[in-house]
Amino acid sequence: MEQAAKAQGSSCKESLSEQLMKPMRKMLIIEKQGKIITLVCAWVLIVTLFSLLYFITSKGISPFVNNQITLAEFFSFEWGPTASAEQGGPFYGAMAFILGSLAVTLGATVVSAPLGIGAAIFMTEIAPDWGKKILQPVIEMLVGIPSVVYGFIGLTVIVPVIRETAGGLGFGLLAGIIVLSIMILPTIISVGVDAIQAIPRQIREGSYALGATRWQTVSRLVVRAAIPGLMTGVVLGMARAFGEALAVQMVIGNSPNLPASFIEPISTLTSVITLNMGNTVQGTTYNNVLWSMALILLLITMLFIFLIRFITRRREY
Amino acid sequence: MNAKTIDRIATFCFYSIAVLIVGILLGLVSFILIRGLGVIDWSFVTEAPGSVLTGGGGVGPQLFNSFYLLILTMLITIPLGLGGGIYMAEYAKPGKLTDFIRLSIEVLSSLPSIVVGLFGLLVFVQYTGWGYSMLAGALALTVFNLPLMVRIVEQSLTAVPREQREASFALGVTHWQTILKILIPAALPGIITGTILASGRVFGEAAALLFTAGMTSPPLDFTNWDFTSPTSPLNPFRPASTLAVHIWKVNAEGIIPDAKEVASGASALLVIAILIFNLVARWLGRFIHARLTSS
Repeated sequence: MEQAAKAQGSSCKESLSEQLMKPMRKMLIIEKQGKIITLVCAWVLIVTLFSLLYFITSKGISPFVNNQITLAEFFSFEWGPTASAEQGGPFYGAMAFILGSLAVTLGATVVSAPLGIGAAIFMTEIAPDWGKKILQPVIEMLVGIPSVVYGFIGLTVIVPVIRETAGGLGFGLLAGIIVLSIMILPTIISVGVDAIQAIPRQIREGSYALGATRWQTVSRLVVRAAIPGLMTGVVLGMARAFGEALAVQMVIGNSPNLPASFIEPISTLTSVITLNMGNTVQGTTYNNVLWSMALILLLITMLFIFLIRFITRRREY
Repeated sequence: MNAKTIDRIATFCFYSIAVLIVGILLGLVSFILIRGLGVIDWSFVTEAPGSVLTGGGGVGPQLFNSFYLLILTMLITIPLGLGGGIYMAEYAKPGKLTDFIRLSIEVLSSLPSIVVGLFGLLVFVQYTGWGYSMLAGALALTVFNLPLMVRIVEQSLTAVPREQREASFALGVTHWQTILKILIPAALPGIITGTILASGRVFGEAAALLFTAGMTSPPLDFTNWDFTSPTSPLNPFRPASTLAVHIWKVNAEGIIPDAKEVASGASALLVIAILIFNLVARWLGRFIHARLTSS
């Protein structure tokens, strides 16, 4: 302060009060610098997202623009990238994998959504004090367990159990669904708890005052009022299930065919990419098709995200 | 059936769901620990994996790589995340740009990690010409860790009571100084807790690393401290497989004879590490809060 005041005092004749009223230039510069630095950091996010979209898209559409394959071929069921020309190959149809990804995702959601929403209701309506104290750390632990560990447990516990009870190899759709439904459970629960807690207390009290039982209050008022939040949790869980790679790859058996039953092995987009990206040569059609699958994965994930934005936008009840 | 009976049945169902979920977690953790702890001993934690044919050995280099990669990632993520978080909490005005940054945060944090890994393969591995390297892995991990970090910093900053901010302004302190001297220290417990929890996520990540940091670890010489030497553990331009990647690799390849044991031990190590992260995060947050508020 004093130094700056001295510097100004020597150059021009201002009264002390005028000098004190004026902002210090050094301060202003620091102020500006701070704002610019933080703005740059925020821009890093935008730049990263757009370069990611750009790079994956440009790689993903290359098999189609270079006339290596057509869209109809890509969205067919025939997969045989190493099939020889005499066999009519190679085939690059990825439809079975897209359906495989959707099947495990839907299966996991069907199992996990009722359980997750039920647990969220338990934590907020049935036993808000001790139930929450027990389940909160449980959820945090479930989130913390890495996906490869889930895959490994699926491989060593769930797959043998399925093999012994239902027959077959054990690897397959069912094993994938079980592993994924445990993995997405914490997402559904924690988003659901937030949604239910956000509902005004008066809604419940009004219901109880009318003599409604707890189940009537929960099923007819609480769940209905919390629907957008609960849906957000479910869709977030679906997005997580859809994009999960390693845990799924370890238990689904990796067969390129469409399954006839729940216990038959299948493949998903993520498992095919994981297994083959490292073994194929850059620039070949085979490799480029894998990038197209990554693009499909990206697009469907974006679809989930926009679905969430759409759900949360209409939040009034 | 009258309403009361239905209510009792419903309550019973909710209880069973809660018991089921707690049971699943207990089953998972005890399975991992019981199977893993039998494998873990000092040589498993420190030694390099044995040859492909005989098996044996440990996961020493992988464990080191996991921690080193975590440190590299955090060195990139923390400054950027602090900056981004401060901007979102303090400077961002409602408008197109802010909406856009929020959308980016949302999309980046929910992208499949395999897609982030493929982006890393294109940009950090191929375009930069580094090949499979730790730095490429760290940058890929930054891509999905950064949005999380920004959110943590923003939430911690906005949770600081308004009175503290206003008191600072009333004393004539500028905005930037208020941020540095008042808001950041007040938000520190939240930021630290969040950062450690995010570290746990980075520590267990594998899919984003398969094609960025690579699936192999070169022979390391732990007495070599030269950053540029390919055998130095500290060289950020060497390929490195982490603990999580190693678990996947031994199971997916299934070549080594003791794949199951190695995976059990490594899984237990991972889960223990993440348990420690969680406990430390809670304890440190509370400790710093107590110190700062002198309570």
